Amino acid sequence: MILSGTVWKVGDHVDTDAIIPARHLVTTDPEVLARHCFEDLDPALAAKIRPGDILVAGENFGQGSSREHAPIAIKAAGIACVVARSYARIFYRNAFNIGLPLLECPDLHAATETGDRLSVDNETGRIINETRGTLHAAAPLPEFMRQLIAAGGIIEYVRRQVSGRKVGA
Amino acid sequence: MGMTLTEKILAAHAGEERVRPGDLIDARVDFCFANDITGPLAFREFERIGLPAVFDRERVALVPDHYAPSKDIASAEQCKIMREFAHKYDIAHYYEVGRAGVGHVMLAEMGLVLPGEVFVGADSHTCTHGALGAFSTGVGSSDLAAVMATGRLWFRVPETLRFVFRGRPALWVTGKDLVLHIIGDIGVDGARYCAMEFAGEALGHLTLGERFSITNMAIEAGAKNGIMEPDAAVLDYVTPRAQRPFAPVFADSDAEYAAVREYDTGQMEPVVAVPSSPGIVVPVGFAAGVPVDQCFIGTCTNGRIEDLRVAARILEGRAVHPRTRLLVVPATPAIYRQAMEEGLTRIFLDAGAVVGAPTCGPCLGGHMGVLASGEVCVSTSSRNFVGRMGHRDSRVYLSGPAVAAATAVLGRLAHPDEVLS
Repeated sequence: MILSGTVWKVGDHVDTDAIIPARHLVTTDPEVLARHCFEDLDPALAAKIRPGDILVAGENFGQGSSREHAPIAIKAAGIACVVARSYARIFYRNAFNIGLPLLECPDLHAATETGDRLSVDNETGRIINETRGTLHAAAPLPEFMRQLIAAGGIIEYVRRQVSGRKVGA
Repeated sequence: MGMTLTEKILAAHAGEERVRPGDLIDARVDFCFANDITGPLAFREFERIGLPAVFDRERVALVPDHYAPSKDIASAEQCKIMREFAHKYDIAHYYEVGRAGVGHVMLAEMGLVLPGEVFVGADSHTCTHGALGAFSTGVGSSDLAAVMATGRLWFRVPETLRFVFRGRPALWVTGKDLVLHIIGDIGVDGARYCAMEFAGEALGHLTLGERFSITNMAIEAGAKNGIMEPDAAVLDYVTPRAQRPFAPVFADSDAEYAAVREYDTGQMEPVVAVPSSPGIVVPVGFAAGVPVDQCFIGTCTNGRIEDLRVAARILEGRAVHPRTRLLVVPATPAIYRQAMEEGLTRIFLDAGAVVGAPTCGPCLGGHMGVLASGEVCVSTSSRNFVGRMGHRDSRVYLSGPAVAAATAVLGRLAHPDEVLS
């Protein structure tokens, strides 16, 4: 699928407290979490994100807590996908499990600024920065992650397993 | 080549003769748990799977520790969701307020996590239990739901980084200082996706509580798990409380490590992580003198009886500085009781500290000690990200219990030697 959207750029090591502060973890409502997304990083950011926008991050995005509220908040805020140099591992698993696409790209972060227009092919990993006319390649997803996505996340994957149906069937 | 401790445990639980870093495996999980923040999401996902029961009611724990005792209506609703799920699915290890403590401390204390096992928790600090020689890792709510349904989970076998502590730690250098030292050295993503295996004769000089502080903070270097080989001290601790039979696992002598780093603990001094990253670590002297509004001793990192004893040694016969607040939060009811019986609680109260009920509360800016704008806290917890303990303009220094106690006495960041040489 080709995703086209406007970039919001954040730095390295953005942690889960910055994505959704613990004081808001008294709800699981995605709309409420979305309103507070990135509140301690930039209190004005959540209100500026439009559906389909793309988040571009540096190293180790999502470090810290295991709160699945973090990718839920990002997705509900309208972000269509995240492209980072690298991810913290629990956040990586959580994002795929709740259906927020993540891509890993080594050179996009340095070559992109907030406001740029990107088009991202989340299957081939081909990324075009339309504003600057540059082409970038994200790492292809591991086969197992593709299976999980095709199944609709870990819960759907397990649901099919326990009901005796094959993944993708 | 042989296998590391992490690889051997994962191989055994995947039914494989051997596994290598990078392998994707489907492993049996011995025990799992969720808290009152991650639980409600996990329960919703579990019910989407549509099974009438969890995989084994004796192998699931639900611990209300983050927002318990409930601080407001919203958090009370989340605890209620957990209580109702526990009742509906007849979960054996649900613990109500009064019996519950900080999950990571309590589950080990109760003999529910054992050497050689695979343990998964919907809480990033689940890596704590690796001090017992278990493979123990944090996951999100959906993964936890999958485990509750099937008793299994997929893992990518991690590369193992080995950290060897040499010598004997100097006075006031605790396990917390050792792990902060490493995170300062390799950075907050220095062990990303890896297993951190800790070894060396210095571990033998540490209390079990201090060892838990080390594995607890493996996540702060990005690791999948932290682990140590179980020694006599671990087996002495585990054997009388184990609720299941267990078999300790040890690394092969020809195990292959992605990297090995050695540290001379005799040369270390007490350190702090300065705002706002656990990876910016300096000797206490570099930060000494910073005026401090609040000190907090507690959490899954440093809320054990050993930590309270260290703090009491410094606080005995002294008073908390009038400009500073000191919060002491024993991690479990058993530790609370032991602190009382050992006379530690009296020392804290005499010094002017508040001794709180077991909870994660202040660590995540949840309740019981939230920071106002501009305030500075020295905390024995594991994270000092922006806004972690309260207002986004508050600042948190991470330390061991000795530095936190000395700081409380002097009202400014202080080396324990300044109070007690």
